[in-house]
Amino acid sequence: MQTFISTLIDGLSLGSLYALVALGYSMVYGIAKMLNFAHGDVIMIGIYTLFVTLGALGTSPLMLTLSALIMIVFCALLGFTIEKLAYKPLRTASPLSVLITAIGVSYLLQNIALLVFGSRQQKVPTYFSLGSIYIGGVQIELLSLLILAVTVLIMILLSLFINKTKLGSAMLAVSEDKGAAQLMGINVNATISLTFVIGSALAGVGALLYAAKMPWVGPYTGSVFGIKAFAAAVFGGIGSIPGAMIGGVLIGIIEAMMNVFLPDALSNASDGFAYLVLIIMLVLKPSGLLGRKQIEKV
Amino acid sequence: MVMLETKNLGISFGGLRAVDEFNLTVEKGQLYGLIGPNGAGKTTVFNLLTGVYAPTSGGFFLEGKSLAGKSPLEINRCGIARTFQNIRLFKDMSVIDNVKVGLHNAAHYSIFEGLLMLPRYAAEEAALEKRARELLQVFDLDGEREYLASNLPYGKQRKLEIARALATSPKLLLLDEPAAGMNPNETAELMETIRFVRDEFDMTILLIEHDMKLVSGICEQVTVLNFGTTLAQGETSAVLSDPKVVRAYLGE
Repeated sequence: MQTFISTLIDGLSLGSLYALVALGYSMVYGIAKMLNFAHGDVIMIGIYTLFVTLGALGTSPLMLTLSALIMIVFCALLGFTIEKLAYKPLRTASPLSVLITAIGVSYLLQNIALLVFGSRQQKVPTYFSLGSIYIGGVQIELLSLLILAVTVLIMILLSLFINKTKLGSAMLAVSEDKGAAQLMGINVNATISLTFVIGSALAGVGALLYAAKMPWVGPYTGSVFGIKAFAAAVFGGIGSIPGAMIGGVLIGIIEAMMNVFLPDALSNASDGFAYLVLIIMLVLKPSGLLGRKQIEKV
Repeated sequence: MVMLETKNLGISFGGLRAVDEFNLTVEKGQLYGLIGPNGAGKTTVFNLLTGVYAPTSGGFFLEGKSLAGKSPLEINRCGIARTFQNIRLFKDMSVIDNVKVGLHNAAHYSIFEGLLMLPRYAAEEAALEKRARELLQVFDLDGEREYLASNLPYGKQRKLEIARALATSPKLLLLDEPAAGMNPNETAELMETIRFVRDEFDMTILLIEHDMKLVSGICEQVTVLNFGTTLAQGETSAVLSDPKVVRAYLGE
């Protein structure tokens, strides 16, 4: 029982990280109707930025705050720039061209990292050393709780932003009908840019929390993590914001449980089992947990 | 005073001349009808006037200001709003949120004030809510303001689309077949609504319609399009009894 609870909390915190990144995939998909495969690599660039700034500035609380801010702003700018240079010119192109471009951007970012930092994994300086507490005999890592708390807070703020501000309702309107939104005086291009900025800033927050848990970074760190977050977005129903949150948390819990409770011989393949759950789920409900069925009008 | 003027407005798609030499003058406060058989180019004219298509010849002017070639966004901000033949509400948003999207440009606060929910954000959003509800009351939709737009009955969806267009504070309102799919009672009510909007909001209205009862009931002037060219133009009753027009609608 104790193992179960501590695994559950681990899974929750891992899952909330997936959720944070899945939100980036899902929001961009909902509004620009494209899969931004470079999203995971924004996280990787974020962790490298942290690696550089923390290395230069040190890990005192002040410098850590500064580094984190620099990194999140950098990720947001990176997202903005990618959209402007790579995706905006393709606004009317076929979805396939956009998809290939996104994969191209992803490889471009990985290769830039490879060029600058080499292929070896680099160790990010430790910046949160929080230890763990015991509640009723259950060992709980404080970092897991912190990650969980931060992501929950961000999701509440994001929901408020989307549902309670004019910019958020512009985002919803653009995701439903770009043409009509434009004719109602909404700046569609600015709204899409804003979505990329928010999604990439969330990836930055994800990078900060991820690197606190797993302080190693290589050029491919982001793509592995990103694919799982993408799977989480699909699991929850891509385009749906609550779907991304629930999908992320579930994938995290499934992964943590598989790691702990699968027999030793199989536990190395725990990722495979996580995807198996995804496949079964998609066979049963192709639009994802909270996704709506697409009805094509003729 | 002239609200809308088009001068030799035209557009070709490849070799097809969809609208040709279209000339129209709508006075401020007028209720103007645009009619014609299916495929005559009426909706294309609306798409030209709202910037969805850029004209390949000629131009158009709102209160003397040339708008040809501007984007839908710019044109909306200059004061032209429209509804759609097949209703295009934001179906997954609530009734009041649809109107608020139209009011979008009436709220002035920055993204940071919005993100941090600062006082100006709260004041502006409260003002938005108030104006949205006033508009909904005008259209008798206030009671359904929290419904999803897609759950409204058909006639009310049409009304909501008009309310949403009015929310952008236009000078000229374009209605694309507002009575499509309505029964005679709903159409009669709609005629009242359109007249009311014109008087209450001091609005100039250009509408496309197939329902001749509605057209002859409320439009002061009409233009008849056929195969992209203007067939007749002038006072509604005179135009509707013109043999050329009757022939275009009913055949020989």
